[in-house]
Amino acid sequence: MSPHLKNIQLRQKQDMIFCYIGLLVLLFSFLTLITLIWDLAVTGVPRINILFFTNFPSRFAEQAGILSAWVGTLCVMITTAVFAIPLGIAAGIYLEEYAPKNFLTQMIEINISNLAGIPSITFGLMALGIFVYEFGFGRSILTAGLTLGLLVLPIIIVATRESIRTIPNSIREASFALGASRWQTIWNHVLPYSSGGILTGVIISLSRAIGETAPLITIGALTFIAFLPTSPIQPDFPFLSFQWLKDPFTVMPIQMFNWLSRPQADFHVNAAATGIVLLVMTLLMNGMAIYIRYRFRKKFNW
Amino acid sequence: MSSQLHNQSLIHKSDSAKAEALKLESPESNLLRAEVKKLSFSYGSKRVLNQVSMKIHSNKITAMIGPSGCGKTTLLRCFNRMHDLYSQVTYQGEILIYPEAKNILSKEIDPMEVRMRIGMVFQKPNPFPKSIYENVAFGLRVRGIRKKSYLEDRVEQSLQQAGLWTEVKDRLNSSATSLSGGQQQRVCIARALATQPEMLLLDEPTSALDPISTGNIEELIGELKKDVTIVLVTHNLHQAARCSDYTAFMYIGDLIEFGASGDLFTTPKDSRTENYITGRFG
Repeated sequence: MSPHLKNIQLRQKQDMIFCYIGLLVLLFSFLTLITLIWDLAVTGVPRINILFFTNFPSRFAEQAGILSAWVGTLCVMITTAVFAIPLGIAAGIYLEEYAPKNFLTQMIEINISNLAGIPSITFGLMALGIFVYEFGFGRSILTAGLTLGLLVLPIIIVATRESIRTIPNSIREASFALGASRWQTIWNHVLPYSSGGILTGVIISLSRAIGETAPLITIGALTFIAFLPTSPIQPDFPFLSFQWLKDPFTVMPIQMFNWLSRPQADFHVNAAATGIVLLVMTLLMNGMAIYIRYRFRKKFNW
Repeated sequence: MSSQLHNQSLIHKSDSAKAEALKLESPESNLLRAEVKKLSFSYGSKRVLNQVSMKIHSNKITAMIGPSGCGKTTLLRCFNRMHDLYSQVTYQGEILIYPEAKNILSKEIDPMEVRMRIGMVFQKPNPFPKSIYENVAFGLRVRGIRKKSYLEDRVEQSLQQAGLWTEVKDRLNSSATSLSGGQQQRVCIARALATQPEMLLLDEPTSALDPISTGNIEELIGELKKDVTIVLVTHNLHQAARCSDYTAFMYIGDLIEFGASGDLFTTPKDSRTENYITGRFG
């Protein structure tokens, strides 16, 4: 025993050192997060009341609210979701279940991963050229939704593929052996069993999109806006209107940016309050993602 | 009601082919269900089956034995074109199914059509993570059958055929994955039977099961042959000897010997068969 003792002590020490370093790093990042939230909360929370949500921005800090900002965020997020979710999931399914594994699909695969790493402002520049000028969508909710949609598309595609890949092949073979078509197999088995992972990816991608500022500034989102987009429900025939897609807008991070760039400290309080609202929304979405993942993991086990 | 599925099958029976099949009837009135003719199969450039020819008799159990890698599972998966799911596979030769004497490996035949007529049970129980009922009914749902009373009847009959009905009739809506391994494999058998296939392919159906479940499944296979033609791949020589009517011994992609199980196991003609069944290799 004794000849090994020294060696064992040395290796135990190594283990301990790594353990402490890890703990220290973890504590540091955790403290940063806590400080950030605490600072924001102390400044911002007292400012949050009903009026803050129902008022338009104003020259007077204490009367200013985020009505146009949160309505804008909501509209943009809906457009993003409607555009990016079906497209991303369909692309993921195609790549994983239908596409032959060859050089071309490998290139597509690599480039989708690359796309996920492209700085978001680049997407803004591209959208300015294509959506705003080429297609003539203007500085509208539609342009913003499509831009953010493109931004999060790779995230959704990758999440879809990852969760589809966890379905054992034996399940697919069982379905095919009963005479099912590829689509029947996907619709009845592959998609339901992987929907937990797909939904998680979708929500995480949307919570990324909700905080994006740079590409929206590039396409020319307004920073001060005192009216709401056209209501989608109209009193006259045909009662539904998509005019809101063409309306100018602002979103919460831009509103925050706008307030922060003013010299008066009162506006900074408004910015902190907006930050809290944004943070709570993002955390809620992430929480939802975790819950959904947990639910589906319990539902399908093999 | 039971003919409904057969009528939905896309293959039309031609009378001349039917007559031909009847001519093949052997003295013991063994109708042919399928016939493999000079079948070769390759994954990419790797040849796995070499000019295999054998007959599958109707309502009999045909076992395929041989050491690992001999191609018995590959051959079995040719019967329902399972290989078509993966790329770079090539078939040569034919598998005819009777009574129409139709080559199911033909490019003109959709693999879905073949799989609708020939069911399969896999090595590892692979129930869907859904209820027992939904597992058994899936094959019927795939065919567009929605009538609830018919579905319920078929689910009950199939589970009864698989010897599972009394155990699960009170919990048809609970998850199939919560059952024991042996029960799961029975759900898989019931699932394959629900669509009333003409042939049932069993790929080492007991290799993942304990001895008691294995015994039950073997007993079940013996009872099933009155309803369906069975092709059984097995690692277990005793199982082949106990269960099957015909046995094929395969070795490195070749069919070495094929014959009635009684003859093959007692008086093998080929020395390799003899060496294998006496345990000298494999």
